[in-house]
Amino acid sequence: MPKQAKAVALISGGLDSLLAARVVMEQGVHVEGINFFTGFCVEGHTHAIRKKDHKRPKRNNALWSAEQLGIKLHIVDIIEEYKDVVINPKHGYGSNLNPCLDCKIFMVNKAREWIDANGFDFIITGEVIGQRPMSQRKDTMPVIARDSGAGERLVRPLCARNLPPSLAEIEGWLARDRLYAFNGRSRKPQMALAKQFGFEDYAQPAGGCCFLTDKQYAVKLTDLWSTRGKREYDLDDIMLLKVGRHLRPRPNFKIIVGREEGENRFLEGYRKRFVHMIPTSHTGPLVLLDGDISAADIELAARLTARFSQGRDAERVTIEVNPKGSATHSLVVVPLPTDEIPAGWYL
Amino acid sequence: MSITVVDARNLLCPLPVIRTQDSVAKLQPGDVVQVLCTDPGVVHDIPAWCRVHGHEVRAIKEREYEIIIDIRVGSGG
Repeated sequence: MPKQAKAVALISGGLDSLLAARVVMEQGVHVEGINFFTGFCVEGHTHAIRKKDHKRPKRNNALWSAEQLGIKLHIVDIIEEYKDVVINPKHGYGSNLNPCLDCKIFMVNKAREWIDANGFDFIITGEVIGQRPMSQRKDTMPVIARDSGAGERLVRPLCARNLPPSLAEIEGWLARDRLYAFNGRSRKPQMALAKQFGFEDYAQPAGGCCFLTDKQYAVKLTDLWSTRGKREYDLDDIMLLKVGRHLRPRPNFKIIVGREEGENRFLEGYRKRFVHMIPTSHTGPLVLLDGDISAADIELAARLTARFSQGRDAERVTIEVNPKGSATHSLVVVPLPTDEIPAGWYL
Repeated sequence: MSITVVDARNLLCPLPVIRTQDSVAKLQPGDVVQVLCTDPGVVHDIPAWCRVHGHEVRAIKEREYEIIIDIRVGSGG
Protein backbone atom coordinates (compact mmCIF):
# COMPACT_ATOMS: atom_id res chain seq x y z
CA MET A 1 0.00 0.00 0.00
CA PRO A 2 1.52 3.36 -1.01
CA LYS A 3 2.29 5.72 1.84
CA GLN A 4 -0.15 8.50 2.60
CA ALA A 5 1.60 11.77 1.82
CA LYS A 6 1.48 14.52 4.43
CA ALA A 7 1.27 18.23 3.74
CA VAL A 8 1.06 21.41 5.75
CA ALA A 9 -1.16 24.18 4.44
CA LEU A 10 -0.56 27.86 5.17
CA ILE A 11 -3.96 28.89 6.49
CA SER A 12 -4.57 32.63 6.60
CA GLY A 13 -8.29 32.44 7.29
CA GLY A 14 -9.17 33.60 3.78
CA LEU A 15 -10.92 31.68 1.04
CA ASP A 16 -7.91 30.80 -1.12
CA SER A 17 -5.97 28.93 1.55
CA LEU A 18 -9.16 27.14 2.62
CA LEU A 19 -9.76 25.96 -0.94
CA ALA A 20 -6.13 25.05 -1.58
CA ALA A 21 -6.05 22.77 1.46
CA ARG A 22 -9.35 21.19 0.51
CA VAL A 23 -8.26 20.50 -3.07
CA VAL A 24 -5.28 18.55 -1.77
CA MET A 25 -7.33 16.72 0.87
CA GLU A 26 -9.64 15.58 -1.93
CA GLN A 27 -6.72 13.54 -3.26
CA GLY A 28 -6.24 11.62 -0.02
CA VAL A 29 -3.31 13.59 1.38
CA HIS A 30 -3.11 14.08 5.15
CA VAL A 31 -3.20 17.86 5.66
CA GLU A 32 -2.56 19.97 8.75
CA GLY A 33 -2.71 23.75 8.87
CA ILE A 34 -0.17 26.31 9.99
CA ASN A 35 -0.86 29.95 10.73
CA PHE A 36 1.75 32.57 11.57
CA PHE A 37 1.18 35.40 14.03
CA THR A 38 3.33 38.41 13.11
CA GLY A 39 1.81 40.96 15.50
CA PHE A 40 0.42 42.89 12.52
CA CYS A 41 -2.43 40.48 11.85
CA VAL A 42 -5.78 42.23 11.63
CA GLU A 43 -7.38 39.00 12.81
CA GLY A 44 -9.00 39.40 16.18
CA HIS A 45 -7.24 42.33 17.75
CA THR A 46 -9.22 45.40 16.94
CA HIS A 47 -12.49 43.53 17.19
CA ALA A 48 -11.48 42.28 20.61
CA ILE A 49 -10.50 45.72 21.83
CA ARG A 50 -13.32 47.87 20.53
CA LYS A 51 -16.51 47.44 22.45
CA LYS A 52 -18.59 48.82 19.60
CA ASP A 53 -17.49 45.86 17.48
CA HIS A 54 -18.71 43.32 20.01
CA LYS A 55 -21.86 42.58 18.04
CA ARG A 56 -19.72 41.21 15.21
CA PRO A 57 -18.75 37.56 15.39
CA LYS A 58 -15.29 37.42 16.92
CA ARG A 59 -14.19 34.17 15.38
CA ASN A 60 -10.59 33.58 14.37
CA ASN A 61 -10.91 32.86 10.66
CA ALA A 62 -7.88 30.58 10.51
CA LEU A 63 -9.37 28.40 13.24
CA TRP A 64 -12.73 28.57 11.49
CA SER A 65 -11.07 27.36 8.27
CA ALA A 66 -9.42 24.49 10.14
CA GLU A 67 -12.76 23.47 11.60
CA GLN A 68 -14.39 23.53 8.16
CA LEU A 69 -11.62 21.33 6.85
CA GLY A 70 -11.50 19.08 9.91
CA ILE A 71 -7.75 19.55 10.29
CA LYS A 72 -5.38 20.55 13.07
CA LEU A 73 -4.11 24.12 13.04
CA HIS A 74 -0.72 25.04 14.46
CA ILE A 75 -0.48 28.75 15.29
CA VAL A 76 3.10 29.95 15.43
CA ASP A 77 4.34 33.11 17.14
CA ILE A 78 6.90 34.71 14.78
CA ILE A 79 6.78 38.22 16.24
CA GLU A 80 10.50 38.50 16.99
CA GLU A 81 11.84 36.90 13.81
CA TYR A 82 9.39 38.85 11.68
CA LYS A 83 10.90 42.20 12.67
CA ASP A 84 13.71 41.79 10.17
CA VAL A 85 11.16 41.21 7.40
CA VAL A 86 9.38 44.46 8.26
CA ILE A 87 12.46 46.56 8.86
CA ASN A 88 14.76 45.26 6.10
CA PRO A 89 12.67 43.81 3.27
CA LYS A 90 14.99 42.61 0.52
CA HIS A 91 12.28 43.06 -2.10
CA GLY A 92 10.95 46.34 -0.74
CA TYR A 93 7.52 47.50 0.32
CA GLY A 94 4.18 47.57 -1.44
CA SER A 95 2.03 50.69 -1.45
CA ASN A 96 2.43 51.13 2.32
CA LEU A 97 4.79 49.31 4.72
CA ASN A 98 3.74 45.88 3.47
CA PRO A 99 6.73 43.71 2.58
CA CYS A 100 4.47 41.15 0.91
CA LEU A 101 7.03 39.24 -1.13
CA ASP A 102 9.55 38.98 1.72
CA CYS A 103 6.68 38.02 4.02
CA LYS A 104 5.58 35.17 1.78
CA ILE A 105 9.16 33.92 1.39
CA PHE A 106 9.62 34.08 5.16
CA MET A 107 6.41 32.19 5.91
CA VAL A 108 7.04 29.49 3.34
CA ASN A 109 10.54 29.11 4.75
CA LYS A 110 9.07 28.70 8.26
CA ALA A 111 6.66 26.11 6.89
CA ARG A 112 9.62 24.34 5.24
CA GLU A 113 11.38 24.20 8.59
CA TRP A 114 8.17 22.84 10.11
CA ILE A 115 7.74 20.03 7.58
CA ASP A 116 11.40 19.08 7.98
CA ALA A 117 10.96 18.91 11.75
CA ASN A 118 7.68 17.00 11.60
CA GLY A 119 8.26 14.55 8.76
CA PHE A 120 5.79 16.08 6.30
CA ASP A 121 6.27 15.92 2.53
CA PHE A 122 5.17 19.22 1.06
CA ILE A 123 3.70 22.70 1.61
CA ILE A 124 0.40 24.08 0.31
CA THR A 125 -0.40 27.74 -0.26
CA GLY A 126 -3.47 29.42 -1.67
CA GLU A 127 -1.49 31.59 -4.06
CA VAL A 128 -2.94 32.39 -7.47
CA ILE A 129 -0.87 33.90 -10.26
CA GLY A 130 -1.90 37.50 -10.82
CA GLN A 131 -4.07 37.69 -7.71
CA ARG A 132 -1.87 40.17 -5.83
CA PRO A 133 0.28 42.86 -7.43
CA MET A 134 3.39 42.30 -5.32
CA SER A 135 3.63 38.72 -4.18
CA GLN A 136 1.39 36.70 -6.47
CA ARG A 137 2.77 37.29 -9.93
CA LYS A 138 4.10 34.84 -12.48
CA ASP A 139 7.65 36.12 -11.96
CA THR A 140 7.50 36.04 -8.14
CA MET A 141 6.18 32.48 -7.81
CA PRO A 142 9.60 30.90 -8.56
CA VAL A 143 11.32 33.50 -6.35
CA ILE A 144 9.21 32.41 -3.37
CA ALA A 145 9.89 28.74 -4.06
CA ARG A 146 13.63 29.35 -4.46
CA ASP A 147 14.30 31.87 -1.67
CA SER A 148 12.22 29.98 0.89
CA GLY A 149 14.20 26.82 0.22
CA ALA A 150 10.94 24.94 -0.43
CA GLY A 151 11.60 24.48 -4.15
CA GLU A 152 9.51 21.70 -5.66
CA ARG A 153 7.99 20.96 -2.24
CA LEU A 154 5.79 24.03 -2.61
CA VAL A 155 2.37 23.33 -4.17
CA ARG A 156 -0.12 25.99 -5.24
CA PRO A 157 -3.17 23.83 -5.96
CA LEU A 158 -5.32 26.71 -7.27
CA CYS A 159 -2.89 27.62 -10.07
CA ALA A 160 -0.65 24.52 -10.22
CA ARG A 161 -1.48 23.79 -13.86
CA ASN A 162 0.03 27.15 -14.81
CA LEU A 163 3.31 26.19 -13.13
CA PRO A 164 5.91 23.43 -13.61
CA PRO A 165 5.02 20.13 -11.87
CA SER A 166 5.78 20.05 -8.16
CA LEU A 167 7.33 17.17 -6.25
CA ALA A 168 3.87 16.04 -5.14
CA GLU A 169 2.83 15.63 -8.77
CA ILE A 170 6.11 13.99 -9.79
CA GLU A 171 5.81 11.51 -6.91
CA GLY A 172 2.20 10.77 -7.79
CA TRP A 173 0.77 12.08 -4.52
CA LEU A 174 -1.31 14.58 -6.49
CA ALA A 175 -2.88 14.18 -9.92
CA ARG A 176 -2.16 17.31 -11.93
CA ASP A 177 -5.48 17.13 -13.74
CA ARG A 178 -7.29 17.44 -10.39
CA LEU A 179 -5.49 20.69 -9.61
CA TYR A 180 -6.53 24.08 -10.98
CA ALA A 181 -5.32 26.76 -13.39
CA PHE A 182 -6.76 29.91 -11.81
CA ASN A 183 -5.18 33.12 -13.02
CA GLY A 184 -5.72 36.81 -12.41
CA ARG A 185 -7.64 38.96 -9.98
CA SER A 186 -11.11 37.57 -10.54
CA ARG A 187 -12.61 35.88 -7.49
CA LYS A 188 -15.31 34.08 -9.48
CA PRO A 189 -13.43 30.75 -9.88
CA GLN A 190 -12.75 30.63 -6.14
CA MET A 191 -16.36 31.43 -5.30
CA ALA A 192 -17.56 28.71 -7.67
CA LEU A 193 -15.17 26.19 -6.10
CA ALA A 194 -16.29 27.23 -2.61
CA LYS A 195 -19.87 26.55 -3.65
CA GLN A 196 -18.88 23.17 -5.04
CA PHE A 197 -17.27 22.24 -1.71
CA GLY A 198 -20.20 23.62 0.26
CA PHE A 199 -18.22 26.39 1.96
CA GLU A 200 -20.38 29.30 3.04
CA ASP A 201 -19.77 32.21 5.37
CA TYR A 202 -16.05 32.29 4.55
CA ALA A 203 -14.07 35.44 5.30
CA GLN A 204 -14.41 38.13 2.67
CA PRO A 205 -11.22 40.01 1.92
CA ALA A 206 -11.59 43.60 3.10
CA GLY A 207 -8.27 45.40 2.84
CA GLY A 208 -6.13 42.39 3.51
CA CYS A 209 -5.25 40.59 6.71
CA CYS A 210 -2.25 42.70 7.71
CA PHE A 211 -2.10 46.16 9.24
CA LEU A 212 1.04 46.90 7.23
CA THR A 213 -1.14 47.26 4.13
CA ASP A 214 -3.15 49.98 5.88
CA LYS A 215 -2.17 53.53 4.92
CA GLN A 216 -3.07 55.10 8.26
CA TYR A 217 -1.26 52.39 10.20
CA ALA A 218 1.84 52.86 8.04
CA VAL A 219 1.79 56.60 8.77
CA LYS A 220 1.76 55.86 12.51
CA LEU A 221 4.56 53.30 12.29
CA THR A 222 6.66 55.68 10.18
CA ASP A 223 6.05 58.41 12.76
CA LEU A 224 7.14 56.06 15.56
CA TRP A 225 10.38 55.22 13.77
CA SER A 226 11.18 58.80 12.77
CA THR A 227 10.60 60.25 16.23
CA ARG A 228 12.67 57.56 17.90
CA GLY A 229 15.42 57.94 15.32
CA LYS A 230 15.60 54.19 14.74
CA ARG A 231 13.56 51.56 12.94
CA GLU A 232 12.71 49.30 15.84
CA TYR A 233 9.54 48.18 17.56
CA ASP A 234 8.25 45.81 20.19
CA LEU A 235 4.88 44.12 20.41
CA ASP A 236 3.42 46.80 22.67
CA ASP A 237 4.41 49.50 20.17
CA ILE A 238 2.61 47.84 17.28
CA MET A 239 -0.42 46.96 19.39
CA LEU A 240 -0.80 50.56 20.55
CA LEU A 241 -0.69 51.78 16.95
CA LYS A 242 -3.91 49.83 16.38
CA VAL A 243 -5.76 51.51 19.21
CA GLY A 244 -7.17 54.99 19.74
CA ARG A 245 -6.68 58.36 18.10
CA HIS A 246 -3.03 59.29 17.75
CA LEU A 247 -2.14 62.99 17.69
CA ARG A 248 1.33 64.52 17.65
CA PRO A 249 0.91 68.14 18.78
CA ARG A 250 4.66 68.65 19.30
CA PRO A 251 7.67 66.85 17.81
CA ASN A 252 8.68 65.58 21.25
CA PHE A 253 5.45 63.83 22.19
CA LYS A 254 2.21 62.32 20.99
CA ILE A 255 -1.01 61.39 22.73
CA ILE A 256 -3.11 58.26 22.34
CA VAL A 257 -6.78 58.89 23.05
CA GLY A 258 -9.15 55.99 23.79
CA ARG A 259 -12.20 56.25 21.54
CA GLU A 260 -14.58 54.16 23.59
CA GLU A 261 -14.82 51.94 26.65
CA GLY A 262 -13.10 48.91 25.18
CA GLU A 263 -10.12 50.97 24.04
CA ASN A 264 -9.94 52.81 27.38
CA ARG A 265 -9.80 49.48 29.17
CA PHE A 266 -7.08 48.25 26.84
CA LEU A 267 -5.04 51.43 27.36
CA GLU A 268 -5.39 51.04 31.14
CA GLY A 269 -2.99 48.13 30.84
CA TYR A 270 -0.28 50.61 29.80
CA ARG A 271 -0.76 53.14 32.63
CA LYS A 272 2.47 52.20 34.39
CA ARG A 273 4.54 52.77 31.27
CA PHE A 274 3.17 56.16 30.27
CA VAL A 275 2.24 59.52 31.70
CA HIS A 276 -1.53 59.37 31.44
CA MET A 277 -4.56 61.49 32.16
CA ILE A 278 -8.31 61.21 32.43
CA PRO A 279 -11.12 63.73 32.94
CA THR A 280 -12.73 63.61 36.39
CA SER A 281 -15.35 66.36 36.08
CA HIS A 282 -16.82 64.83 32.92
CA THR A 283 -16.91 61.44 31.24
CA GLY A 284 -13.98 61.10 28.90
CA PRO A 285 -11.13 59.08 27.49
CA LEU A 286 -8.02 57.67 29.02
CA VAL A 287 -5.10 59.41 27.31
CA LEU A 288 -1.52 58.16 27.19
CA LEU A 289 1.36 60.58 26.54
CA ASP A 290 4.33 59.12 24.70
CA GLY A 291 7.59 61.07 24.59
CA ASP A 292 9.75 63.49 26.52
CA ILE A 293 7.21 65.73 28.17
CA SER A 294 7.47 69.22 29.72
CA ALA A 295 4.98 70.99 32.02
CA ALA A 296 3.72 72.99 29.02
CA ASP A 297 3.15 69.75 27.14
CA ILE A 298 1.11 68.40 30.06
CA GLU A 299 -1.12 71.48 29.92
CA LEU A 300 -1.62 71.12 26.16
CA ALA A 301 -2.34 67.39 26.49
CA ALA A 302 -4.85 68.10 29.26
CA ARG A 303 -6.66 70.62 27.06
CA LEU A 304 -6.77 68.04 24.26
CA THR A 305 -8.05 65.42 26.70
CA ALA A 306 -10.80 67.85 27.71
CA ARG A 307 -11.61 68.39 24.03
CA PHE A 308 -12.23 64.66 23.55
CA SER A 309 -14.37 64.41 26.73
CA GLN A 310 -18.06 65.03 27.29
CA GLY A 311 -16.96 68.42 28.64
CA ARG A 312 -15.75 69.59 25.25
CA ASP A 313 -18.22 72.53 25.34
CA ALA A 314 -17.81 73.27 29.07
CA GLU A 315 -15.92 76.33 30.31
CA ARG A 316 -13.60 74.20 32.43
CA VAL A 317 -12.77 70.51 32.70
CA THR A 318 -10.84 68.88 35.52
CA ILE A 319 -8.19 66.44 34.38
CA GLU A 320 -6.39 63.96 36.61
CA VAL A 321 -2.74 63.79 35.60
CA ASN A 322 -0.66 60.72 36.46
CA PRO A 323 3.02 61.32 35.86
CA LYS A 324 5.41 58.41 36.01
CA GLY A 325 7.15 58.26 39.37
CA SER A 326 5.47 61.25 41.04
CA ALA A 327 2.15 62.06 42.68
CA THR A 328 -1.13 62.31 40.82
CA HIS A 329 -2.50 65.84 40.57
CA SER A 330 -5.41 67.63 38.95
CA LEU A 331 -5.47 70.38 36.37
CA VAL A 332 -8.47 72.54 35.55
CA VAL A 333 -8.27 73.46 31.87
CA VAL A 334 -10.22 75.05 29.06
CA PRO A 335 -10.96 72.46 26.35
CA LEU A 336 -8.93 73.15 23.23
CA PRO A 337 -11.30 74.42 20.53
CA THR A 338 -11.60 72.19 17.49
CA ASP A 339 -10.29 74.93 15.19
CA GLU A 340 -7.08 75.06 17.22
CA ILE A 341 -6.30 71.41 16.49
CA PRO A 342 -4.50 71.37 13.14
CA ALA A 343 -5.29 68.41 10.89
CA GLY A 344 -1.56 67.74 10.76
CA TRP A 345 -1.59 66.72 14.43
CA TYR A 346 -3.62 63.62 13.60
CA LEU A 347 -1.53 60.61 12.64
CA MET B 1 -2.77 14.09 36.20
CA SER B 2 -1.38 17.58 36.66
CA ILE B 3 -2.98 21.01 36.59
CA THR B 4 -1.08 23.70 34.74
CA VAL B 5 -2.01 27.37 34.91
CA VAL B 6 -1.42 29.55 31.85
CA ASP B 7 -1.53 33.28 32.54
CA ALA B 8 -2.68 34.91 29.31
CA ARG B 9 -4.16 38.00 30.93
CA ASN B 10 -3.69 41.24 28.97
CA LEU B 11 -2.82 39.28 25.86
CA LEU B 12 -5.00 39.58 22.77
CA CYS B 13 -5.95 36.70 20.52
CA PRO B 14 -4.37 34.73 19.10
CA LEU B 15 -1.65 34.98 21.77
CA PRO B 16 -3.76 33.27 24.49
CA VAL B 17 -4.35 30.42 22.02
CA ILE B 18 -0.62 30.20 21.27
CA ARG B 19 0.27 30.18 24.99
CA THR B 20 -2.32 27.43 25.55
CA GLN B 21 -1.04 25.43 22.58
CA ASP B 22 2.57 25.69 23.79
CA SER B 23 1.59 24.57 27.27
CA VAL B 24 -0.53 21.65 26.08
CA ALA B 25 2.33 20.43 23.86
CA LYS B 26 4.31 19.60 27.01
CA LEU B 27 1.47 17.73 28.74
CA GLN B 28 -0.03 14.26 28.72
CA PRO B 29 -3.58 13.17 27.82
CA GLY B 30 -5.82 13.68 30.84
CA ASP B 31 -3.81 16.59 32.23
CA VAL B 32 -5.71 19.78 32.96
CA VAL B 33 -4.81 23.30 31.86
CA GLN B 34 -6.40 26.38 33.37
CA VAL B 35 -6.04 29.46 31.15
CA LEU B 36 -6.51 32.93 32.67
CA CYS B 37 -7.50 35.53 30.07
CA THR B 38 -8.91 39.01 29.65
CA ASP B 39 -9.55 39.14 25.87
CA PRO B 40 -13.22 38.24 25.30
CA GLY B 41 -12.22 36.66 21.99
CA VAL B 42 -10.88 33.64 23.87
CA VAL B 43 -14.36 32.29 24.54
CA HIS B 44 -14.56 31.58 20.80
CA ASP B 45 -10.94 30.94 19.90
CA ILE B 46 -9.76 28.58 22.63
CA PRO B 47 -12.77 26.23 22.28
CA ALA B 48 -12.29 26.28 18.50
CA TRP B 49 -8.63 25.40 18.91
CA CYS B 50 -9.57 22.62 21.35
CA ARG B 51 -12.12 21.20 18.92
CA VAL B 52 -9.64 20.92 16.05
CA HIS B 53 -7.02 19.31 18.28
CA GLY B 54 -9.30 16.97 20.20
CA HIS B 55 -9.06 18.59 23.64
CA GLU B 56 -12.03 19.07 25.94
CA VAL B 57 -13.16 22.42 27.33
CA ARG B 58 -14.43 21.52 30.78
CA ALA B 59 -15.57 24.97 31.90
CA ILE B 60 -15.55 28.63 30.95
CA LYS B 61 -16.01 31.02 33.87
CA GLU B 62 -16.28 34.79 33.52
CA ARG B 63 -15.61 37.16 36.41
CA GLU B 64 -15.66 40.89 35.79
CA TYR B 65 -13.14 41.28 33.00
CA GLU B 66 -11.39 37.95 33.62
CA ILE B 67 -12.16 34.70 31.82
CA ILE B 68 -10.98 31.33 33.11
CA ILE B 69 -11.01 28.33 30.78
CA ASP B 70 -10.39 24.79 32.01
CA ILE B 71 -9.17 22.30 29.43
CA ARG B 72 -8.58 18.57 29.65
CA VAL B 73 -5.82 17.50 27.30
CA GLY B 74 -6.97 14.92 24.75
CA SER B 75 -4.96 12.24 23.04
CA GLY B 76 -4.97 13.89 19.62
CA GLY B 77 -1.95 16.12 20.32
